[in-house]
Amino acid sequence: MDSVASANRRTLVKLGLASAGMFGFGFALAPLYRTFCRLTGFNELGGAGDGARDVAADRSRSVRLEFDANLRLPGWELRPLQTSVTAHPGEPVQARFLLRNLGPRAAIAQAVPSYAPAGAAPFLTKLECFCFARQALAPGEARELFVTLVVAPGLPAEVPVVTLSYTLFEVEGPAPLGRAS
Amino acid sequence: MEIAHHTGHAPAHGPRGITRWITTTNHKDIGTMYLVFSATMFFVGGMMAMTIRMELFQPGLQLVAPDVFNQLVTMHGLIMVFGAIMPAFVGFANWQIPLMIGAPDMAFARMNNWSFWLLPPAALLLTGSFLAPGGATAAGWTLYAPLSIQQGPGMDLAIFAIHIMGVSSILGAINIITTVLNLRAPGMTLMKMPMFCWTWLITAFLLIAVMPVLAAAVTMLLADRHFGTHFFSAAGGGDPVLFQHIFWFFGHPEVYIMILPAFGIVSQVIPTFARKPLFGYASMVYATAAIAILSFFVWAHHMFTTGLSLGAQLFFMYATILIAVPTGVKVFNWVATLWRGSITFETPMLFALGFLFVFTIGGLTGLICAIVPVDVQLQDTYYVVAHFHYVLVAGSLFALFAGTYYWLPKWTGHRYDERLGQWHFWCSMIFFNVAFFPMHFLGLAGMPRRIPDYALQFADFNVISSLGAFGFGLSQLLLLAAIVKCVRGGEPAAPRAWDGAQGLEWLVPSPAPHHTWEQPPRLP
Repeated sequence: MDSVASANRRTLVKLGLASAGMFGFGFALAPLYRTFCRLTGFNELGGAGDGARDVAADRSRSVRLEFDANLRLPGWELRPLQTSVTAHPGEPVQARFLLRNLGPRAAIAQAVPSYAPAGAAPFLTKLECFCFARQALAPGEARELFVTLVVAPGLPAEVPVVTLSYTLFEVEGPAPLGRAS
Repeated sequence: MEIAHHTGHAPAHGPRGITRWITTTNHKDIGTMYLVFSATMFFVGGMMAMTIRMELFQPGLQLVAPDVFNQLVTMHGLIMVFGAIMPAFVGFANWQIPLMIGAPDMAFARMNNWSFWLLPPAALLLTGSFLAPGGATAAGWTLYAPLSIQQGPGMDLAIFAIHIMGVSSILGAINIITTVLNLRAPGMTLMKMPMFCWTWLITAFLLIAVMPVLAAAVTMLLADRHFGTHFFSAAGGGDPVLFQHIFWFFGHPEVYIMILPAFGIVSQVIPTFARKPLFGYASMVYATAAIAILSFFVWAHHMFTTGLSLGAQLFFMYATILIAVPTGVKVFNWVATLWRGSITFETPMLFALGFLFVFTIGGLTGLICAIVPVDVQLQDTYYVVAHFHYVLVAGSLFALFAGTYYWLPKWTGHRYDERLGQWHFWCSMIFFNVAFFPMHFLGLAGMPRRIPDYALQFADFNVISSLGAFGFGLSQLLLLAAIVKCVRGGEPAAPRAWDGAQGLEWLVPSPAPHHTWEQPPRLP
């Protein structure tokens, strides 16, 4: 009987360790899951281009980005602080704009982007843009704005120049939170 | 037979009365306690189901408030899974495995007592959580975050109950594995073991692998609720979908934990009443093992609508469909066992054949749900409710009924009332299908589950379904009557209670004496 008792004890220890190990594995699933999702992109919602992909910059070629601004809001001014930027596809690019309310009244405005050639639009990924938010400006107020974007390496090689043009419109509705109007 | 002089059912020595049951280390006493406990929980969970079906009898809100309805749905699931089905199978394991392999008792008799006595406090926590402020948890039995993070203290009670029941299950599983591996009678090799012992051995390994993972999941939930962690709360950078992954990593093996021992019982009953050995014994063993292994690779088929990538959806779809192969092997083996058998239709056989017939329907609707584009339509509808009640009620529960009638003569020493048993079977079978078959149509028409109200066009099928459910609930009183009558007396049962029965348990007297196989039997 002693041999059975010690065999039982050995089995008990093994199974006890296995249970404890699986308890730990349950917790380990949290970091494992995160790592797995990052490595495989399994749980990334939305299609390519919705976020910044960690892609290598294509240093074999350059793309010139030209900036432009138009107004549909009398008495305001929106102009790029640089006319163009040259960058490799895959590299983040930042461009600055100046927005001024020269009119007599406070108003809320929002810029809408457009692209030339239009077919280049899917390859310009804006990570952060002033056009995402409404801008509320008091009379005489000025604000420096910026857009950060990446040109996807998939941009066809026959497009060496892309123009990014913003048009400023007045919009209705309350001012965005935290901004004085 | 050297043990024939023990004739009484009660122990010849030791404490009497309630102390006997609290301190017992006898596998038969503990098995009985498990069975009584699970029968009690079965009726508690059944009352909840009756209330749910009363509320759904007609559209609109009549009987219970919507939040109470959600609590009832949640607790019905938790109680039936953790309180009724699982302990019932452990009760069968306790009673039968030592008898069937020729062991004097379970390997760790005192731990066995512990694994049972953990259950009543857990059940009290779970059912008592209705009295907590805000009531019991209403997050569904799957306890999905973030809803489960936002519930009241009833959720904490449920988490603790799951912890305790998890410990109980793990201790029970360790005991069963050790008993089966180390205490078999000399000459009984693994491949000569009765099928019920095989299925339980594999089930016990599944329990050891996944119950701790559930414990980890609910512990993380508890930490998210009270200790400022953010495993699952998106507001703090956590991921609610992670909870679903961890839960179903436990949950899918769990559904096999609830069905494999049922396969084992059916594999004992069908050969007895077909008077033929089980067809394809070895393939049954391998199929059981294959189902168990595959169960670890299919969990995300419960999550097809959570935004899984296409690759993941395809993988889990194909892996799930693959499980139909070993399951099909089992079903065909049972049918082949019946082929040209001298079949008689006593109650255990009726339930086993009912299992074969209705469980297969449930298995096939499972295959339908495994197909991604179909599942996207059916997710969270009554089709899913119909599917898992076909496998859990007509599968696990019918097998438990079959096993109960099959071994009652061995447990009590009396033959049960066959007429009562037949009535129980036919009422259960008919009312089960009246209750659950219309749910397929409701689900296909888009009726969502876990909602106390529904659109008018679903009214007629819900009336049928509710009437069937009331009938099914009442039919279970016949089971109670049959068991009570059998325990109190009846025609004495022979040691071999069924003329076609094979196996060591039929060599000991009926009722099985308090101590059996103190000397291991000599196998032919």
